Amino acid sequence: MVEVKTDSLLKKLSVPLLAVLFGFLVGAIVMLVFGYNPIDAYSHMIIDVFANPYSIGEALTQATLLVFTGLAFDIANKAGFFNIGLSGQFLIGWLSTIIFALQFPDLPRIALVPLSLIAGTLGGALYAGIAGFLRAYFGTSEVIVTIMLNHTILQISNYLTNFVIGTSSRTEKVSENASLSLEWLTEVTNYSRLNIGFFIAIVAVVVYWFFMKYTTTGFEIKAVGLNPDASRYAGMSDKKNIILSMLISGGLAGLGGAINGLGTFGNLFVLGALPNEGFNGIAVALLGLGNPIGIVLSAFLFGVLNTGASFMSSRAGVPDEMAVIVTASIVFFVGAYYLVEWIFEKIGYRRAQGPHSTETEGGTEQ
Amino acid sequence: MSVIGILQLLVTSSLMYSAPLIFTAIAGAFSERSGVVNIGLEGIMVMGAFSSAIFNIMFFDTFGNSTPWIAMVFGGIVGLLFSLLHAIATINLRADHVVSGTALNLLAPGLSVFLVRVIYGRAQTGPLKRSFGITSFPILKDIPVIGKIFFTSVTPLGYLGILTGILGWFVLFKTPFGLRLRAVGEHPVAAESVGINVYMYKYAGVLISGFLGGVGGAIQAQAIVNEFGVLTVSGQGFMAMAAMIFGKWNPIGVTFAAIFFGFAQSLSRVGHYIPIIQNVPTIYLQILPYVLTIIILVAFLGKSESPKALGKPYIKSK
Repeated sequence: MVEVKTDSLLKKLSVPLLAVLFGFLVGAIVMLVFGYNPIDAYSHMIIDVFANPYSIGEALTQATLLVFTGLAFDIANKAGFFNIGLSGQFLIGWLSTIIFALQFPDLPRIALVPLSLIAGTLGGALYAGIAGFLRAYFGTSEVIVTIMLNHTILQISNYLTNFVIGTSSRTEKVSENASLSLEWLTEVTNYSRLNIGFFIAIVAVVVYWFFMKYTTTGFEIKAVGLNPDASRYAGMSDKKNIILSMLISGGLAGLGGAINGLGTFGNLFVLGALPNEGFNGIAVALLGLGNPIGIVLSAFLFGVLNTGASFMSSRAGVPDEMAVIVTASIVFFVGAYYLVEWIFEKIGYRRAQGPHSTETEGGTEQ
Repeated sequence: MSVIGILQLLVTSSLMYSAPLIFTAIAGAFSERSGVVNIGLEGIMVMGAFSSAIFNIMFFDTFGNSTPWIAMVFGGIVGLLFSLLHAIATINLRADHVVSGTALNLLAPGLSVFLVRVIYGRAQTGPLKRSFGITSFPILKDIPVIGKIFFTSVTPLGYLGILTGILGWFVLFKTPFGLRLRAVGEHPVAAESVGINVYMYKYAGVLISGFLGGVGGAIQAQAIVNEFGVLTVSGQGFMAMAAMIFGKWNPIGVTFAAIFFGFAQSLSRVGHYIPIIQNVPTIYLQILPYVLTIIILVAFLGKSESPKALGKPYIKSK
């Protein structure tokens, strides 16, 4: 499992904060090399987002989706799983929701919205469940299986959109009764796409926090991830927990996709590549250090980055891929957290634990 | 279409689609044999594809018909430099290998499309100046039947990949270098105790992997897609990883696995020419390589033996 081990709160927070700082620095260096003004670019990228309610709404819309994929990655990660299939689970959630909503356009809103969202959640859960099942019973690498499932659902979704549930590369919009928009929310954010999904995300974070901290199942999932052998010895079923964590993970990603379908777009269209929300969810969860509050904050940061990217390209002339470069660099530095420890060591911020205390014996797992 | 015609079409297209996979899957074997998981192969391929495409367009006037070959080597070098990030992160900075690889996979499309926009003002390079063509091998092509199926109008890259697989096997299993590289991946403590520089061999594994992955990407761009954009490399790196596992980390086995995946991929491209499967809706052929990968992994490789110290950080003893 991917875990950041540090020994004090300051050090713990320093990893994500420095990762963000270094990520922006890398972006700035790339911009300087190619003759752009990084300060100008970043100020458009970040400050312009907060300059009007519309772009704040759009950033929150993005952040909402990233909270779901971030939590999804986190629970699988805690169980010792690298769920790189979030994009596929997000997409199947989007697809199932749209299919359901188009199938029953006349149901009253009070029934159609929750049922459509449930369809998406189930779609994501079952899809990820395949990988969980294969890992639990056959020991098959979940990394490879989820990657293959990603590409499979991309092809299927595009095929269905083109030939079965839609025509000319897109489906019809879902009916008013399936809409997630809230009149006051839309107005207050100057007609952004921010929707009920935002509140569902808040509820999801609270439930997730409670589930992981105070329930036996949450505890078991963490225990299995930390030490599968010890947990089995203590009478926990590793098979059950692996499958369960993947079902929840896929369900969260699928719900994110469902909210994207009903709330952000209202339809499904042919995609050239897998939705970014999946991969960005990995970044969000890693940067958030597996803490629900951390995940919310990083989702917000990436929501702002993604929304601001278009201001950066339109107003500072910097290609909007810069946002991707910054995101990727942040992930890189979160991964290479030992760099931060090493910096602390060099500047002498060390506890009195004797010299070379971070050095363990050669070859042992950190 | 005659039987020989169909076979020729299948062989040619399979060799074409498997070429990038062969190189990249061997790339993965080198990295993982040294104990470093390289999920970043996809990103490395993207950088190889990107740099070879730019080189191809810019230096066609200088190098003429040999441009794609030189661009391929250039793509390999850029792949090697890019993989240096992964080496530093995983070997020196003790990063989780999958996280670092994911960072490479995120970074490569962002960085390369950023640069393409800087250079061309749009997200794609447009058609390359000279792509890898097809050749007929002299003498071999005159062998009855076989010559027509295997050696007439085919890409030489598939055969180059097979040769690389044999060479890779020789290096890994028949040379002192290969023995040490594998020792480092199986049991770094033991390797160090007999005086092997663990970090150096891990670097060698990752950098060889970067070079070959870059070459794989260059082939993808210059032989299959003929331009560079964000979709030029779409999943081939991941499929190469599957081939690496299927081939049990042995370059020759890996080569055969990659050819098999190339064959599965080519079916969706040429399926409509082949009588038996031409009525199968394309969607089934499109998802075939992915579904097949999962089935193969489950059916044959439940307990595949990866290098023992794979994915574990190694901390040098003082």
